[in-house]
Amino acid sequence: MSVLIDRNTKVVVQGLTGREGSFHAKQCLDYGTQIVAGVTPGKGGLVWSDEEGKYSVPVFNTVEEAVKETGANASLIFVPPPFAADAIMEAADAGIKVIVCITEGIPVNDMVKVKRALEGTGVRYVGPNCPGVITPEECKMGIMPGHIFKKGRVGIVSRSGTLTYEAAYQLTARGIGQSTVIGIGGDPVPGTTHKEAVEMFNNDPETDAIVLIGEIGGTMEEEAAEYIKENVKKPVVAYIAGVTAPPGRRMGHAGAIISGGKGDAKSKMEALREAGAYVCNTPAEIGEVMERALKERGLL
Amino acid sequence: MKIHEYQAKEIFKDYGLPIPRGIVVHNAHEAERAAKELGTPVVVVKAQVHAGGRGKAGGVKLAKSPEEAAKIAAQMIGSRLKTYQNPEGLPINCVLIEEGVNIDKEFYVGLTLDRETSRPVFMVSAAGGMEIEEIAKTNPELIIKEHVDPAMGELLPYQARKIAFKIGLTDRKLVNQFVKILNTLSKMYFELDASLIEINPLVKTKEDNFICLDAKIDFDDNALYRHPKVQELEDTTQIDPLELEAKKWDLNYVKLDGNIGCMVNGAGLAMATMDTIKFYGGEPANFLDVGGTATVERVAAAFKLLLSDPKVKAIFVNIFGGIVRCDRIAGGIIEAAKQVELDRPLIVRLEGTNVEIGRKMLEESGLNIIPAKDMADGAQKAVKAARGEI
Repeated sequence: MSVLIDRNTKVVVQGLTGREGSFHAKQCLDYGTQIVAGVTPGKGGLVWSDEEGKYSVPVFNTVEEAVKETGANASLIFVPPPFAADAIMEAADAGIKVIVCITEGIPVNDMVKVKRALEGTGVRYVGPNCPGVITPEECKMGIMPGHIFKKGRVGIVSRSGTLTYEAAYQLTARGIGQSTVIGIGGDPVPGTTHKEAVEMFNNDPETDAIVLIGEIGGTMEEEAAEYIKENVKKPVVAYIAGVTAPPGRRMGHAGAIISGGKGDAKSKMEALREAGAYVCNTPAEIGEVMERALKERGLL
Repeated sequence: MKIHEYQAKEIFKDYGLPIPRGIVVHNAHEAERAAKELGTPVVVVKAQVHAGGRGKAGGVKLAKSPEEAAKIAAQMIGSRLKTYQNPEGLPINCVLIEEGVNIDKEFYVGLTLDRETSRPVFMVSAAGGMEIEEIAKTNPELIIKEHVDPAMGELLPYQARKIAFKIGLTDRKLVNQFVKILNTLSKMYFELDASLIEINPLVKTKEDNFICLDAKIDFDDNALYRHPKVQELEDTTQIDPLELEAKKWDLNYVKLDGNIGCMVNGAGLAMATMDTIKFYGGEPANFLDVGGTATVERVAAAFKLLLSDPKVKAIFVNIFGGIVRCDRIAGGIIEAAKQVELDRPLIVRLEGTNVEIGRKMLEESGLNIIPAKDMADGAQKAVKAARGEI
């Protein structure tokens, strides 16, 4: 088992006919993801095909039509920032419960409103500004290089795309597979938080251990630490990026900033350590520390 | 994006918020004329730079005559203001001459995103004039918080009244003025896509009126595309030249003090690369994320940027290709090496999508590259190279 997505997930890609959408949809299809529909307003009725003509996917004008015609139950969004909030709301309105938004650069207030609008609806959206979600060897909804993942029993949640790859790559190299890998993204208002992802992994009987990758800014890691302290018996290996980041400077991600004396790496590491997590000094240690943690618990 | 106080006050004025009368000037002569025109016994001369803590740094001074205003303006304009937020200093190109105000009481008003609740939050304190960080540390109970519900799109009157009574306002006229100010700020926050609005201090005058003595607005960079008028307010003289160059290429670059230049894809990995260099005893010279859609030209520009910093003794390129394919990065490195003289050791670690093509391209390029097998290996080699040990 896994969380969020599996081999039965039927994906609609919003923005399928765009450059990024086309490129990554092809990669997802190569990985084995069931992409059943695309949505591009005005291009309904077309059939999208990759350059080699290996795949063909019907394109619809609206998500509502796509869901009705194909039974899509998850949406992967590649539309440009000005249209992203609209795209998320359209997917939610069409009854889709798992939405993954890759788009980077969405105005913060757009996501503030989306988050408020989707409160209590049961819609789980991941992102934006994220690499997506992958359940290895079953379903890839995102832009991550599929070959570095391997099916297994470790869940990964991360704010950073490339650090997600780094962690998965190290685990895979040690023969440790992953149940599901969730890139929650680097924005200040993420759809899914560290705590929510940890909670999903904690409740998943086929996830044995969790890798949590955080960074400076906000208090998501502290909230996750609080949850871990109270509820999680599974081993948690954590890494927090940005020990050397100066306060008040935004480090690439819109959400990666130490401000108002809040959000520095050390206090996050401290909170996680106190919650019983194995905290790594550099991301290069993640694989090694996880292997040790699994062995200590007799899980490997 | 940041703007100057005088620009923020113009926006405040458009929204009907009370601000002191003031005139922006660029030289001593204009300053003298402005002070005369304002005609108050005291005027305030305020340096216009993009930094907080101006008062303590000597960027806000009182003048008791137009001549004195001219003298102060002459000293300020053309100099650099060094503040605790910006030790290197920022150039003062203009000053704001403002009428003196009879201050009775000062308040702090701030509005920004609360990341815990994903809603904008007002922070108000009767301890005005101080830095909010300081109040938060020493007297957190003095900060009154109230969230703006995004579904309502503005702070409701009852919420503003709650704050007003908590900070000790009783006079009905003043309470109403205060409610109006907070409600206006909350609308402005959404309409202009601000990321921070701050009035420090909001002043109650001896004549029993509120006036925004200071004004600060930061804007969400992601939303600037829908605010062309705000974009026009950008003052690039307040930005580090290297960071400005990086911005032109849509690169995320932050200058630091060390001597190992870093070029990384992904903000998280870029931070982690800095941390790893530090962990192995080195000092990173910068944060640089080449981003998700790096073209050969952009990578080449990033490379030139690193080489333009004379402090940089070695360069560590750390790439894990997801969206950015390794062949593109390799192409960028080769292209940049053709355009600039590669006079410093270059350590490259490539992993991810199209890694084999990327590695082969670098190998066949004839460039003098020190390959690294993983991130830790690369960081250690970069630290050694910066010390001249390899």
